[in-house]
Amino acid sequence: MGYVAVKGGSEAIENAKKLVEFYRLREEVSPLEVAQIQSQFRLAIDKIMGEGSFYAPEYGALALKQVEGDILEAAFVMRAYRATLSRLYYSEPIDTKNMFVERRISSSFRDIPGGQILGPTRDYTQRMLQVNLATEDDEDMQKFLTEFKEDVKGAEKEEVQTFSKVVDLLREQGLLKGVGNNEDTKLMDVTRVAVKYPAPRSARLQMLARAETGGIMALGYSSMRGHGSVHPTVGELRVGLVDVHVTDNRKRKRYIGKVRVTEAEMISKAASKSAKKVPYYSIGYGLCFGQNETKGICMGILDRAMRIPGNNAPANDQEFVLYHTEGVESLGFTNHLKLPHYVTFQSGLSNLRKAVKRDKSSEEEKKEGAKTNGVLQQVNDDLI
Amino acid sequence: MVEEKKFHRQFNYAFIDERTKKEIRRKLLKAVCIPGYQVPYSSPEMPIARGWGTGGLHITLSLIGKEDTFKIIDQGSDASVNACNLRDFVKNTTDCDTTFETSKATLIQTRHRITEEELKAHQIMIFQVPQPEPLRGVERYEKKTREMHAEADYAKMWVSLYESFVRFGDIMRGAGYPVKVNGRYVMSPSPIPRWDIPNLSDAECLYLFGAGREKRLYAVPPHTTVEPLEFEDVKFKIEQFEGLKCEITGEQIAFLDELYGSDGKTTHVVNDSDFMDQIKEKERPIQWVNRYLTEKIEKTFNKN
Repeated sequence: MGYVAVKGGSEAIENAKKLVEFYRLREEVSPLEVAQIQSQFRLAIDKIMGEGSFYAPEYGALALKQVEGDILEAAFVMRAYRATLSRLYYSEPIDTKNMFVERRISSSFRDIPGGQILGPTRDYTQRMLQVNLATEDDEDMQKFLTEFKEDVKGAEKEEVQTFSKVVDLLREQGLLKGVGNNEDTKLMDVTRVAVKYPAPRSARLQMLARAETGGIMALGYSSMRGHGSVHPTVGELRVGLVDVHVTDNRKRKRYIGKVRVTEAEMISKAASKSAKKVPYYSIGYGLCFGQNETKGICMGILDRAMRIPGNNAPANDQEFVLYHTEGVESLGFTNHLKLPHYVTFQSGLSNLRKAVKRDKSSEEEKKEGAKTNGVLQQVNDDLI
Repeated sequence: MVEEKKFHRQFNYAFIDERTKKEIRRKLLKAVCIPGYQVPYSSPEMPIARGWGTGGLHITLSLIGKEDTFKIIDQGSDASVNACNLRDFVKNTTDCDTTFETSKATLIQTRHRITEEELKAHQIMIFQVPQPEPLRGVERYEKKTREMHAEADYAKMWVSLYESFVRFGDIMRGAGYPVKVNGRYVMSPSPIPRWDIPNLSDAECLYLFGAGREKRLYAVPPHTTVEPLEFEDVKFKIEQFEGLKCEITGEQIAFLDELYGSDGKTTHVVNDSDFMDQIKEKERPIQWVNRYLTEKIEKTFNKN
């Protein structure tokens, strides 16, 4: 019976736990410091915080260390940890117009009020393996930092400013129609209630923000490639810091800190319901923790796609999108297949054996193969 | 000092915070009031993966107290690796007593089996459920299955059973055979074998079901009618294990596991590990009584 060895279970898992710890350390390279991971695996931590739906970079770094670099597994650890914390407040809505912008681009216009700001991005670098990093040491780091600071010193310092939204340009001209959001009178907190379908937009956006980046990328891409009708343009993509406020019990607004977010406003053409009316632009919105532009963009695509009536494409089908991009849940269920299923299997097996017997005795003629295949399929369906 | 404290937080008793436990208990009460109805609930994340028993854990942890004795089985076995892990987790966060002995347990969490031993009124059995929706196979959308339940529209389900009979000569459902609870809701009993299905009906104990990933709870209260879906002329049947017996105990009336030895021989053993231990070491515990088992007993012993 292998891994259901009678009464050996506890000992076996204890040993497996020790062994995996041994695998983490056996090369005897000095242990990674949490601060190193936090500062140098910035984008990994951003993903972990987004999918773990828990903004805490230091904890994210710790989780990544604990699970030997598996980002989704780290997000799982973060989710489990956040579930032990009480939900005390809901933050006030964040107005991203007040964002301290680190990066901001629009692909809809050549120039935008305030200008395009590339900020920290690898978009325009050649993705060649940088062999010199293999031998990078403290001296190299200091040299680069000193030079960089020298460069910046000379630059003219302008007053820190906030930027108006690109999409407001379209809105002012009446080209962009609002989403309406009539379905949302109150924020639905997906961590406190089980979502029912059709889900309100507040729930959909939350679920997308918590979704696995690869999952929503696959579906967002499918929508652009032809399974669905979203052909979007980046109205504006911005990354930066926003202030978070909560209202305390005495109705005072309190500042509790800053979070870095990526915001994507995707513009696509929408057909009007009635044939006579002109088409208009409509927005797809994405907002997620950290700098995760793929996620922000795909979130924007899917937000728009899920508002297209009818389930003609996977990306337009909210049950399909939201259930299956939930990374931590998909991860768990996919791996549960490793659990023993012999009772379930036995139950299906007895049916199958009888059916095969019936099949053989009743018609020794033809089609035997085809029928047995059908039976097998049914048995497979039963195995959960 | 704050730095020191940061990574040394104590978890709450039974891991989940009190407010969430209360919410789960309230939803369980609702589930008991409407037998077989799937109640949506918060389903907080656990340090156990989705699909590995989180729904069962939510129920266990929200109900468990210091006086409880906890038993957990996976595929009938107390020693299965995942059962061991979950038992450790529950023990570490509650300090409750744990047992392998079915009769001594007050809370029994299970994956894919009901114990062979009959359960009593003071016992609660908690099922880990992978897919709470019995209609999912015939209707993929949650929105529609909810409507179908609301209208007691189970036509698609009946047709699928009929089609199975027409194509394969029998209702080919194996584990997780669909049942009707209290004459109203069609319910997934979780993937327990058909052998266990009759024991859901008119039991002394309370049955609770938790599907963590799908965020649904449901219940079969004591003395509630649970009927497997069947036709007048095509009946529900349990697994028969005809002519087979347990290699170790000689037991014939129990769900058997099929083992393949390295010598190529097939043998069978009692699946329920505690039932087997009791037979081996003490005496045969009192088993459930249902008409399918009675038939099986008559058939087995009249032949011999």
